[in-house]
Amino acid sequence: MAFLEIEHLEKSFGTLRVVKDFNLSIAQGEFVSLLGPSGCGKTTVLRMVAGFETPSTGMIRIDGRDVINQRPNQRHIGMVFQAYALFPNLTVAQNVGFGLKIKGAAPAKIAARVAEMLALIGLPELGNRYPFQLSGGQQQRVALARALAVQPSVLLLDEPLSALDAKIRVSLRTEIREIQRKLGITTIFVTHDQEEALSISDRVVVMNGGIAEQVGAPFEVYNRPTTRFVANFVGTLNTFDAVVVDPGAGVVKLAGVEVTLPQPLTAAKGTTVGLALRPEGLRLGRIEGRELVLPATIVDVHFMGSVIRLGVRVAGQRVALDTFNRADTPPPPVGSSAEISLSARDLIVLGD
Amino acid sequence: MTRLWSWGALAFGLIYFALPLIGMTEFSLKMRRGEYSFDAYAKVLADPKFQETFSYSVIMALVTIAFGVLLVVPTAFWVRLKMPGMRPYVEFITLLPLVIPAIVIVFGYIRLYNTSSWLPLTGSAMGTNILLMFGYTTLALPYMYRAVDTGLRTIDVATLTEAAQSLGAGWGTILARIILPNVLVAVLSGAFLTFAIVIGEFTMAALLNRPAFGPYMQLLGANRAYEPAALAVIAFGITWACMGLIQLVTRFSKHTRAQH
Repeated sequence: MAFLEIEHLEKSFGTLRVVKDFNLSIAQGEFVSLLGPSGCGKTTVLRMVAGFETPSTGMIRIDGRDVINQRPNQRHIGMVFQAYALFPNLTVAQNVGFGLKIKGAAPAKIAARVAEMLALIGLPELGNRYPFQLSGGQQQRVALARALAVQPSVLLLDEPLSALDAKIRVSLRTEIREIQRKLGITTIFVTHDQEEALSISDRVVVMNGGIAEQVGAPFEVYNRPTTRFVANFVGTLNTFDAVVVDPGAGVVKLAGVEVTLPQPLTAAKGTTVGLALRPEGLRLGRIEGRELVLPATIVDVHFMGSVIRLGVRVAGQRVALDTFNRADTPPPPVGSSAEISLSARDLIVLGD
Repeated sequence: MTRLWSWGALAFGLIYFALPLIGMTEFSLKMRRGEYSFDAYAKVLADPKFQETFSYSVIMALVTIAFGVLLVVPTAFWVRLKMPGMRPYVEFITLLPLVIPAIVIVFGYIRLYNTSSWLPLTGSAMGTNILLMFGYTTLALPYMYRAVDTGLRTIDVATLTEAAQSLGAGWGTILARIILPNVLVAVLSGAFLTFAIVIGEFTMAALLNRPAFGPYMQLLGANRAYEPAALAVIAFGITWACMGLIQLVTRFSKHTRAQH
């Protein structure tokens, strides 16, 4: 039984349809990310769940109750914003205790809960500070504590890490996930950063043009994208055009070599299909068990620390190839010739 | 050469503003023949009429400020939050008191709310006081609205409102606990300007026949020599004290320091 259900949700601003027939079911305690480019409607969906936007049509149910007609302050939802949104006139402790005070909780109970929350976010000694005395990362932790203090039924995170620098972003996302697991709170996380979404979610919803293009576990979305958009948006992708030789047997001709794909094709014989391959699906050199070996020229080398990304030209097409760094093997020089090998198992057939 | 002109312009400005004030202050101290004294001030301060009219104006100013805050803060907040497209129109309306003379406003009031009208506010002292307070609020509107609107610009009104809503707060709580405290410095600036306007206002109080400080100053000026000058210095002192308080409050507001 889903804890949070969104059915046929639509939102239009004037003639512009921002969200189109959006459906999603989230189980209790699940962490789901809405991932997509700017303007894809992910924040609008989140704001409709929070009650800040009224859907044009559709239904939102939380724990069995229809919340469409409830005001934001009646929905019992915790929200964390990109801009932190801490109340500047209140101390950290007062910010965290704000929701409980609104509910009319006793001062002793508020103080105990505030202390508990500040301990949870690892800032037990900062209760008396004002928001302007905190760093961005600390402010966002406090915002998280404030949202969680009232024990909401759903936690909504609207790009909470976007305003932070890279290092804090990585550490804070891990912290958010740990806290979410510990409390078992149902969470929706909105982001445009695919690495963020893939690394901390139980499931990812990839959105484009107001539509959920694919919903699935990060592993599934990354390795088996169902649309061309998802394939291109999530991770780096090399795309090839191949000619169908035998659709029933899944045989195509790629760079002049016949390859048998793991699944049959729906496209007719002689037509062109798009095939995609992640940079880590290509290997430098002739590798045992990889049936396809193609001659290539190294055109670019990006050393990124643990990973080296090579730009190689294969059959007149430039593709990216990732290889792990090894201290005893320097990357091949630019302009050198090499062989690259790939397996038909790793090829993704692109739909529309 | 340019520098010389700049200094010259500055000196001219200072003389233009300061000389009459110095002259007036000096004159107010010359009540006793042959020596400087505070006799004029003592006389003014001891006058029961002064105390009566001054207290009346102070009370009117405080009531006007309270009403102005209750009117302007929710309005400016709502316009910023829900009707940003209406801002130019609301700004235009708040600027009208600067181009419509007080005498026109007060005549309008008298015509609309006289004893034979559907709402005879001028029929009682309390009714007239309320009418005068509305008039003062209108006069102070350009300053109050601008101050509050500028204050609202320094905070992220929409996000703070949504954050408070998600924590269960209603509109009243949001306004009282989040918005007002965060624009308090701006509200106080507007309040002190309102105070200064109300203390010195003459037209409305005189035409509505209320015992305010403005008409008292005029009355004294028509009948005495040294006391009006002393009274003018006192009025200036009050206005400047208000300005000083604006500065002081801005400096002592601890949670807004990060914005500077």
